[in-house]
Amino acid sequence: MTRTLEIIGAWMLAILWVLPLLYAVWTAFHPSEYATNFSLFAPLTLQNFANAWDAAPFARYFLNTTMLVSLILVAQFLLCTPAAFAFARMNFPGRDIVFGIVLLQLMIMPDVLLVGNYRTMARLGLVDSILAIALPYLGSAFGIFLLRQVFRSVPQELDDAARLEGSSLLGRMWRVYVPLARPTYIAYGLVSVSYHWNNFLWPLVITNSVSTRPLTVGLAVFASTDQGIDWSIITASTLMTSAPLLVAFLLFQRQFVQSFMRAGIK
Amino acid sequence: MIRRETLQAWALILPALVLLVAFTHWPAVTTVVDSFYSTPKGSRPPRFVGVDNYAALWDDVVFWKAFWNNLWYALATIPASVILALAMALAVNTALPGRALVRMAYFTPTMLPMIAVANIWLFFFTPDYGLFDHVLSLFGGARHNWLGEPATALPAMMVVAVWKEAGFFMIFYLAALQAMPPDLQEASNLEGGSRWYFFRRVTLPLLMPTTLFVLVNAVINAFRVVDHVVVMTRGGPNNATNLLLYYIYEMGFRFWDTAMAATLTVVLLVMLGALAWLQFGVFGKRVHYR
Repeated sequence: MTRTLEIIGAWMLAILWVLPLLYAVWTAFHPSEYATNFSLFAPLTLQNFANAWDAAPFARYFLNTTMLVSLILVAQFLLCTPAAFAFARMNFPGRDIVFGIVLLQLMIMPDVLLVGNYRTMARLGLVDSILAIALPYLGSAFGIFLLRQVFRSVPQELDDAARLEGSSLLGRMWRVYVPLARPTYIAYGLVSVSYHWNNFLWPLVITNSVSTRPLTVGLAVFASTDQGIDWSIITASTLMTSAPLLVAFLLFQRQFVQSFMRAGIK
Repeated sequence: MIRRETLQAWALILPALVLLVAFTHWPAVTTVVDSFYSTPKGSRPPRFVGVDNYAALWDDVVFWKAFWNNLWYALATIPASVILALAMALAVNTALPGRALVRMAYFTPTMLPMIAVANIWLFFFTPDYGLFDHVLSLFGGARHNWLGEPATALPAMMVVAVWKEAGFFMIFYLAALQAMPPDLQEASNLEGGSRWYFFRRVTLPLLMPTTLFVLVNAVINAFRVVDHVVVMTRGGPNNATNLLLYYIYEMGFRFWDTAMAATLTVVLLVMLGALAWLQFGVFGKRVHYR
């Protein structure tokens, strides 16, 4: 009896949780007169998506976001890997202090330091560029921490064996450590891509033109100014901008969930 | 003579460290310095004003409004999303019919950008047309301006945050639950212990490290994520939904009062630091690590 109640409860909560999304899907795929009017025979349409696509430079925003997340991902891998390797497997004076300084970023996040970082970008002449959106996130304490944890779990014998074969320091890092940390790279990559695909406040502050705005900012600008209150078009554009990540998630659900777990449990 | 390994290590660390310091530690330091100077206006350079900015903040009604809003927002959303996350994880950890679907339903909002979430919910909260008024009108309810009334605007934002976050925290609880040895449950069953007793005395204590991790993230998010405020209310009506980071954004990039924005940032950083200390220093000691 209690078991049945629990199952019903779990399902009710699940329905409650997807209802907003289903409602958004309904609105986006039907003509606007059906936006709040449920009828089983309402005609399906893609017109809302077409209208949204034509009303704002979403193609450019997609390109900007793609460039942004790729730039961040590649740079984070290239920067965090050597740093994590040094913290994990090398001995040098001040290592723990420097590592502590790095970890401070987990508490003092760039997201909060809008004013200070804006001024730095202004001095560097980078305001309104994709590089400026990315720069504060490239040296990532989270990435260094995560990779250091895996590198430390690599058996020392493997390292020694490679050393005997005459591998250089970078050679060992590249051929022994990086391949063994593959699942962590995937996990970190997924977390990083979804974080920066969705990031909003800093890009909003630092960009002010079509050629640099990522999707999130473009969507906010579109929904707040250009559109009045045509909810069908706003919802269509909202789903459109979330779609790549959402579809990727639905296809690779298991990998996503496992990646978030791997990145979270330290 | 510096050892070769030391030089190599620094060469490996330096690129990441330079960027990290340049865009985290350096702006943090300059923000503290700026909070003791006035905002430069036109040709007038900033001048040292001591703690004047802090005094001004102390007398600023909007600051206190944002401060208390943020505190209430944190106090409501953190327990709600953590408890819901635990309930969700417990639910999908059992042999539930359609388990994969239920888990997907819980987790999907997490994958959406907060901006998209805000747009969708903005529609729901719209007077007359929105989902809420639509459903209420079926039961003869009256028209509500959910986001336009100071009394309901902040709770509306809380609902959005909990909806977005609970599923994210769920997966950490789920991972912890799946790592628990099943023989604990079997032993408890043999001894005839009730399920509630087992949950309270075994499951919950074993989940403490996860709870701490989830709490740290929930606290940070409660002060870091204001995307929905930007899109849904712009802090209104009458600052009813103004949160600290949103007020920083407003000060710095709408009023262009950089000195006050810096002062606010220092306050927020101090609060985050104090909360971190509280969580790890006080709460952390009571966590039993395996």
